[in-house]
Amino acid sequence: MQAKTTILSLPTEEFLHPGTRACTGCALAIAYRIGLKALGKDTILVVPPSCLTVLQGLFPIASTKLPCLNVTFASTAAAATGILATLKAQGKDKIKVAAWAGDGGTSDIGLQALSGAAERGDNFIYLCYDNEGYMNTGVQRSGTTPIGAITANTPFKGKLQPKKDVSAIMAAHNLSYVATCSASYPLDLFDKIKKCVDLPGTKYIHIHIPCPPGWGYEPRYGIKIGRLAVETGYYDLYEIINGEFRLTGASEKLVEKRKLIPVREYFRAQSRFKVLTDAQITDIQKEIDKKWNEYYKKED
Amino acid sequence: MHIIENGNVAAALGVMLCRVNVIAAYPITPQTPLTEKLSEYVESGEMKAEYIPVESEHSALAVCIAASSAGGRSFTATSANGLLYMHEQVQWAAGARLPIVMCVVNRAVGAPWNVWNDQQDSISQRDTGWIQIYCADHQQIIDSIIKAYWLAEKVSIPIMVCYDGYILSHTYMPFDVPDQKKVDDFLPPFNPDYALNPHEPANLNTVTLPDVRLDVRGELAHGYMEIRYLLHEEMRKSLTVAAEAEKRFVDIFGRGGDPYIEPYLCDDAEYVAVGLGSLTYQLRVCVDTLRKEGIKAGVMGIRFYRPFPDIALANALKGKKGVIVFEKALSYGYEGALVSDLKSALYEHLAGTGTLPVVQNIIAGIGGRKIRTEDLTQNLRTAIKGQVTYEPVWIGLEI
Repeated sequence: MQAKTTILSLPTEEFLHPGTRACTGCALAIAYRIGLKALGKDTILVVPPSCLTVLQGLFPIASTKLPCLNVTFASTAAAATGILATLKAQGKDKIKVAAWAGDGGTSDIGLQALSGAAERGDNFIYLCYDNEGYMNTGVQRSGTTPIGAITANTPFKGKLQPKKDVSAIMAAHNLSYVATCSASYPLDLFDKIKKCVDLPGTKYIHIHIPCPPGWGYEPRYGIKIGRLAVETGYYDLYEIINGEFRLTGASEKLVEKRKLIPVREYFRAQSRFKVLTDAQITDIQKEIDKKWNEYYKKED
Repeated sequence: MHIIENGNVAAALGVMLCRVNVIAAYPITPQTPLTEKLSEYVESGEMKAEYIPVESEHSALAVCIAASSAGGRSFTATSANGLLYMHEQVQWAAGARLPIVMCVVNRAVGAPWNVWNDQQDSISQRDTGWIQIYCADHQQIIDSIIKAYWLAEKVSIPIMVCYDGYILSHTYMPFDVPDQKKVDDFLPPFNPDYALNPHEPANLNTVTLPDVRLDVRGELAHGYMEIRYLLHEEMRKSLTVAAEAEKRFVDIFGRGGDPYIEPYLCDDAEYVAVGLGSLTYQLRVCVDTLRKEGIKAGVMGIRFYRPFPDIALANALKGKKGVIVFEKALSYGYEGALVSDLKSALYEHLAGTGTLPVVQNIIAGIGGRKIRTEDLTQNLRTAIKGQVTYEPVWIGLEI
């Protein structure tokens, strides 16, 4: 097992120029910066329209020091396949391909292409940065928007349906590696990318990304809110290696502690959940407790 | 080497001869035998390429777009709703200036479902920024693919090689398969100015503003409008480049001629039937009949639909008494798209000279409706007798 990366052992080489077009406090900027460090310089990126398109800058200025192909919304994974096919035809097997797409581009419009590539076992890493809505177009609901969240098109009642579990869908493709991460734990993201990048076939990493304008909190609280999602047991950090599930990092520690922060604290820290009633929060807390009791049982 | 095979095999052989690196395809009738054949070539080792059996047409062109952006020669093929499902990617490939070649095996589009031939699928993609070539026989299919890669890579514009479903795709005809060595002489390896490369990073197809903007070196970079203007401008110029391709092809393979139009008995003709694809060869039979009746008729096949060979057509049709445009597609709410384009070219180049021909539009074969040669001939006779109608005439319509 590889040693855990620390802030001191993190590579100093940067692939993201300072001064991107990200919003103040954008957690994607953190995840992207650290993620690119893990991917390294022999990488070609694929990005569909999303916050990342804006973050990377407007023509002819780019904030990324790696080559990047911007593609149509639904085609991210297929485009990764296309680059790989040429690299293979040309015998350039050292170059990696990494797709970075948002939650809408992954769970909704991009799911077909992603499922196709995963089923074919095309050898690239797909990173879904999940800010839980179409934030780039002004905060509309997506498949991964959680129940109860106010968005621009669930304006009064909040979203009525629960979050789509994309990682589970990807795990059902029998991938060599599926993991969940959070921008609030960037070193965990770094280690997980490093761990899977040379594994065969399609690798899938789902990254929870707090979003100040979309979630309704002051930009300085982003990391704290991302951590609360994990520490309340609401969003779990795990990895599935060749079908083997295990909790990782901060979530793994929660099993040892056996004490979750009440999920109410997570919801009440963001204005998007203002219509969630106490009764609804109690129900969600019950579901979380049930899920974690299963984790505890497994450990015992 | 002369062989007897179907049109889809002619296309597959053309793709193999062009040493394509990446093939991506999703099945749709009547394209399937073409891509099945390619999978056979690749799996047997006869052809060295990556074959990606994608989960949709949208992804098929996505693979080609990305493969081409990385410096690979790429190919796909589709028909009907497959092409419509690709539409977003079709526009993208042109805007990104990628020299992809795609065969469109022409078929009617739904709804209602119909698997038979017409040309509504490719005609509906007229304004996407792709060069469109229409084939009238199997020799033209295989030759057009070879010429298309040379031209596409020269002008950085993707090309659709269109041929009629079943009528060409599934019928057997003799044709010459060019020698690999000659094809290699004609078509050098794909060597783009830029291909995705970690040693020379670039952010391709990123958000581009309406106005021009300085880059980090202080040089003026194009705005969106400049990029789109260049696509149009260079597509217009590709007519000249196509002539160069044709000349090279004739020099090496000993066949070919006019790259844009294919006239038959047009020089002394007073009336000319105009069309795209296999219909133009059927019209030759009609014209032979009319000639025997003493009517001076000819046929003008259009090989290039985009860029539109307006000058070549205006010159060829100048002073004719009548032009009868047969189409297997239309622009709903007006008339056939080709007849509108042709009238525009004739008006532009001949208005006021007293040489403008009368133009009649005839719609035929929609959704695979049988086109009988006698009916074509009779409709030509009627049009020639001066009974020109304001609305298009539909052959065989029973309503």
